[in-house]
Amino acid sequence: MLSLEGISNFIHEWLNGHLNATLALLAEFVIIGVAAIGLFAVLGLGLVWMERKVAALMQIRMGPNRIGPKGIFQTSADTVKLIMKEALTPENADKILFNMAPFVVIIVAMLILVPIAFARNFQIWDINIGVLYVTSVSSLSVIGILMAGWSSGNKYSLLGAMRSGAQIVSYELSAGLSVLSIIVLTGSLKISDIVASQEDGWWIFKGHIPAIIAFVIFIIAATAETNRAPFDLAEAESELTAGFHTEYGGMKFALFFLSEYINIFIVCAIGATLFLGGWMPFHIGHWAAFNHIMDYIPSSFWFFGKTIFLIFLIMWFRWTFPRLRVDQLLNLEWKYLFPISMFNLLLMTLVAIMGWHF
Amino acid sequence: MFEEIGITQEGDLMINVGPQHPATHGVLHLVLTLNGEIIKKVDPHLGYIHRSIEKMCESLSYRQFIYVTSRMDYLSAHINNHACALCVEKGLKVEVPLRAQYIRVIMDELTRIASHELWWSAMSMDLGAFTPYFLAFRERERINEIMEETCGARLTMNYMVPGGVMTDLHPDFQKKVKTFIQQYKLRIHEYKELITGNVIFQNRMKGVGYLSKEDAISYGCTGPVARASGVKSDIRKIAPYDVYDKVDFNEVIETGGDCFTRYQVRIEEMNESIRIIEQLIDNIPEGDIQAKTKAVLKLPKGEFYQRVETARGELGVYIVSEGAAQPYRIKFRSPGFSNMSALDHMVRGSKIGDFIATMGTLDLVIPDIDR
Amino acid sequence: MFLKDYFSDVYHATKSLLTGMKLTGYYFTHPKEIITEEYPDNRKTLVMAERFRGEVVMPHDANNEHTCTGCSSCEIACPNGSIKIISKFNITPEGKKKKAIDQHIYRLDMCTMCGLCVEACPTDAIKMANTFEHSVFDRNNLIKRLNKPGSKIREGVEE
Repeated sequence: MLSLEGISNFIHEWLNGHLNATLALLAEFVIIGVAAIGLFAVLGLGLVWMERKVAALMQIRMGPNRIGPKGIFQTSADTVKLIMKEALTPENADKILFNMAPFVVIIVAMLILVPIAFARNFQIWDINIGVLYVTSVSSLSVIGILMAGWSSGNKYSLLGAMRSGAQIVSYELSAGLSVLSIIVLTGSLKISDIVASQEDGWWIFKGHIPAIIAFVIFIIAATAETNRAPFDLAEAESELTAGFHTEYGGMKFALFFLSEYINIFIVCAIGATLFLGGWMPFHIGHWAAFNHIMDYIPSSFWFFGKTIFLIFLIMWFRWTFPRLRVDQLLNLEWKYLFPISMFNLLLMTLVAIMGWHF
Repeated sequence: MFEEIGITQEGDLMINVGPQHPATHGVLHLVLTLNGEIIKKVDPHLGYIHRSIEKMCESLSYRQFIYVTSRMDYLSAHINNHACALCVEKGLKVEVPLRAQYIRVIMDELTRIASHELWWSAMSMDLGAFTPYFLAFRERERINEIMEETCGARLTMNYMVPGGVMTDLHPDFQKKVKTFIQQYKLRIHEYKELITGNVIFQNRMKGVGYLSKEDAISYGCTGPVARASGVKSDIRKIAPYDVYDKVDFNEVIETGGDCFTRYQVRIEEMNESIRIIEQLIDNIPEGDIQAKTKAVLKLPKGEFYQRVETARGELGVYIVSEGAAQPYRIKFRSPGFSNMSALDHMVRGSKIGDFIATMGTLDLVIPDIDR
Repeated sequence: MFLKDYFSDVYHATKSLLTGMKLTGYYFTHPKEIITEEYPDNRKTLVMAERFRGEVVMPHDANNEHTCTGCSSCEIACPNGSIKIISKFNITPEGKKKKAIDQHIYRLDMCTMCGLCVEACPTDAIKMANTFEHSVFDRNNLIKRLNKPGSKIREGVEE
């Protein structure tokens, strides 16, 4: 069948048949690199279009509808415009840090792409500490933001970057604890193990109450991690006019913009993997006939469908709620989300020990 | 200079907000002195949109200067024109026909609703909620269509003339206004669901930007800003003009004094305006729409003052005439200027987010301040 | 007691947030509520309000006649000088000189569309049309001459 797993196996055998082992490995590296960059580009374009259309429909208007049918080439036109723009470096900016900051952010986003399972047996690297790898590498993105804010030489950017740094570091705790609740149930950090353990139902259903609480906390923490509204005061347009990326223009700004959407995709992919079963179709217990029918839909469809649903949920938040002030945001984290997630972890441990989950 | 007074110290940040800024509703240049995130002083620099309207009016005749006042506080354009027409009529001692008075009051109240809708949407956008903008503009578009049909323009209507109104109502006017009122009542719950009841919004507005009653009086604040601090300042009740003494409506006075109270006062004022229109729309008497005046108007020598209640507060028109066909001096007392003078007092010691919320509830329109 | 307040805070907060989301979700799933007009795709069916003040025109009837006497009331009434009347003297059959309009210059780039000129005209010669597409590539095309060449005043208007 024309599944992603089949394609990757075919390429692997073809290369090994025609070249020696080292060259085949190198060729695979190149192919994976190109595929990852291609995925980035397509995802970036597609998600920006989706955001604009979702925003427009919620605001009782139509979104882009002139360039391409239903406006699907709008983002490509925007990218061409950004490439042709002149990207100025301000005079009293720290040149090395200023130019490096967008690349740090993009590289971190690309690194997190590695352990995610897009379809059955289709992962770049199934490392045995998959989830730990993801949470630790995602903490590096705050370095890029702080670099951008500090080196711009602009007071607005500095304020925005400092706020953002405090925000991301705090919300990682709640996100980590909710992720931990699911790890308690699965017993392994490896992504393929986690997905395989959801063979008889997704954790959000099997883990009932503690899993649902963990899911809600994870979604809230995820929107805060990626600087999305209602937590977007790092780039609050009406307060500080674009915050930490005020001074960037042209392709460097495009990289920041792109990395924000890739981060959303990744965080939703992790959420889908842990709570909603990743590429596992919707199975109910051991109803073999039903499960067999569900298996006919390819696993990559399941994965992308779940991820896009979660992305839609995050976009829904952005266009409905006003922004939180910085002290209210930290208040929310330290007084509400953190104690609840700690308590939830204890509850989940109890549930796992007593075997009260399905 | 500030160091000597002891306000700013070593290590304070001075930021320019504006003049080009998405949140200042016009070209306003504010210099904030910050200590980290806490504001220590706000210094407004005005004059970026000063067009010397008062000086221009000295070379125009009494019929001609009304069109330029629409451009002052462009969100209450009808009310500005109304004020000027009333002041000229005071000088000429003409009696405005009853039909024209009814039409003027209905247009005023429609303008007030439109202005408050725009305030609501722009303030929500400052706070980061982007959807209310479109919901409010849907209502405002209906009002603009009504104005377009009768007056001929959507923003700078130039419909009031000394003696009455320029043209008669369009035949569809009553029907459209009634449809608008019905639709408005269906949609008003959305405003509550989306913004007023929202916990994030309430936390950002409650307890922020407090203005006490004594301070409101001493800074000269009028309009919803003063009424939210407990000051009775509705000109429509204190010194009624046209048919305001014949309609039954409440003056919305609250005593909270913070941003959320000002917000609630304005939302309630929209409902009161709907009540006024409902009482008047069915009872417009037949008659003339303009009193007979000479072709060239000449006010007698003297000084004339007229106050009206715009959407922002009290607007005063003061005409000094030397008996010629053109005024000697016109002065406008703008509501935004006095409201803005209280901004520094309200935001000292709070954070930038609070400052943005406070400025949103003050409802400043900068061309009104700079004229 | 503290715990009860804490949980009731969380409950009320969540309820208000979900109510807001329900509203935007409603608008997302009902694309019929879209109110934006798709201009310029709908130019053929667009109906502007009749009284919309777009520009000043001088209506000419089938015999290319208008009713402008060249009295300059509109020029005096205009607040910022957008109208300039150039008049000439015609010789009537009786041999007397009569004033008539030669050119009625109207500057669309300066007009504020206030309507005072239309109100001031004693013979209803000019009126406001509701066209609004005035963009031109050369600014001099906005200085218009309102009376068409070869037109003359209709008989019997001066009274």
